[in-house]
Amino acid sequence: MTRPPTLWRLFRVFLVMGATSIGGGVVGYLRAGLVARERWLDDEAFVELLSISQTLPGLNATNMAILVGDRLRGAPGAALAALGMCLPGASMMTAAAFIYGAGGDSPVAKAFLHGIAAGAVGLVTMVLVQLGAKTLRELADYILAAATAVLVAFLGVPVPYALIGAGAVAIWWHGRRRNTADPK
Amino acid sequence: MKQLLEIGGVFAYLSLLTVGGGMAAFPELKELTVNQHHWLTFPELLHYYSLGQLAPGPNMMMVASVGAHVAGLAGAAVALVAFLLPTGVLTFAVGRLWNRLANWPWRGAIQRGLGAVSVGLVLAGVIIMGHGALTQVVYVAIAVGVFGLLMLTKINPAWPIIASGAVGIAVQLLG
Repeated sequence: MTRPPTLWRLFRVFLVMGATSIGGGVVGYLRAGLVARERWLDDEAFVELLSISQTLPGLNATNMAILVGDRLRGAPGAALAALGMCLPGASMMTAAAFIYGAGGDSPVAKAFLHGIAAGAVGLVTMVLVQLGAKTLRELADYILAAATAVLVAFLGVPVPYALIGAGAVAIWWHGRRRNTADPK
Repeated sequence: MKQLLEIGGVFAYLSLLTVGGGMAAFPELKELTVNQHHWLTFPELLHYYSLGQLAPGPNMMMVASVGAHVAGLAGAAVALVAFLLPTGVLTFAVGRLWNRLANWPWRGAIQRGLGAVSVGLVLAGVIIMGHGALTQVVYVAIAVGVFGLLMLTKINPAWPIIASGAVGIAVQLLG
């Protein structure tokens, strides 16, 4: 690995990724920027940090920014990288709220927004299928995922209870399996 | 001031629910901002969420829209910082401890167990979102079309979503 970048350069690189990663798939942009272009990480380190990002709560892209920023330039690096990642999208969405307030009630705007909402359902369904294909490996995983969804979407159980309840069962299940699967 | 504190509280709490990505927090986002605080209507929330899919960067920057919708620029800033800070600090701390956790026997079980639950939360989010957005057959057709296109090609999702908006306008003008 080359010498660590300056804080300003770290911020700029993340700002550019935050401004150009349109249409989701932020992980691909991160890999192109951090591994291929800047060579701040090798592929092995990238995958390891990505696995931490995906395990912990939080958005994958900001978690990655924090982990990479910390690794390169400590706490200030983590803060600046996360800020750079979020600033462009957050500014645009703030502006969108003001524009929406001014013109969101016109019939054409409403028709457009209703259309993209339907399109977004298609997009999140695709994300769901990809996440499921990667995460669900055995029948128990499918049952746990379905039970969680039914609790939250149909029975109105608040997410924290579902998360703690289903999470505890899931962790117990996999922990028990692990202990019998590879005895020390 | 009281409202900014409420915005901060709501988004700090939602932050901790984003296991497996932002969509996992959607059911609770709707419950708190629409049903409990009445900051915006469900269609407005859906519209911001969908517009957020067209914005660059992390996929939940629409929290800034909700903040701005309720309390202007200050609301946007508070919503964003509150949404990023709790999980940000957690990630920072765990990132530094990770190597020590590598041999922790429960780590794999937690990773796999929470993975399955987070898929369930995202599924719940999709169901709730679909319930609000797919109100007519034509919108179901749009969603199915976008889903199929994204599964079969590597097209940037921003394009079919913009096209969905155009179809929405066409439906309005023809209907």
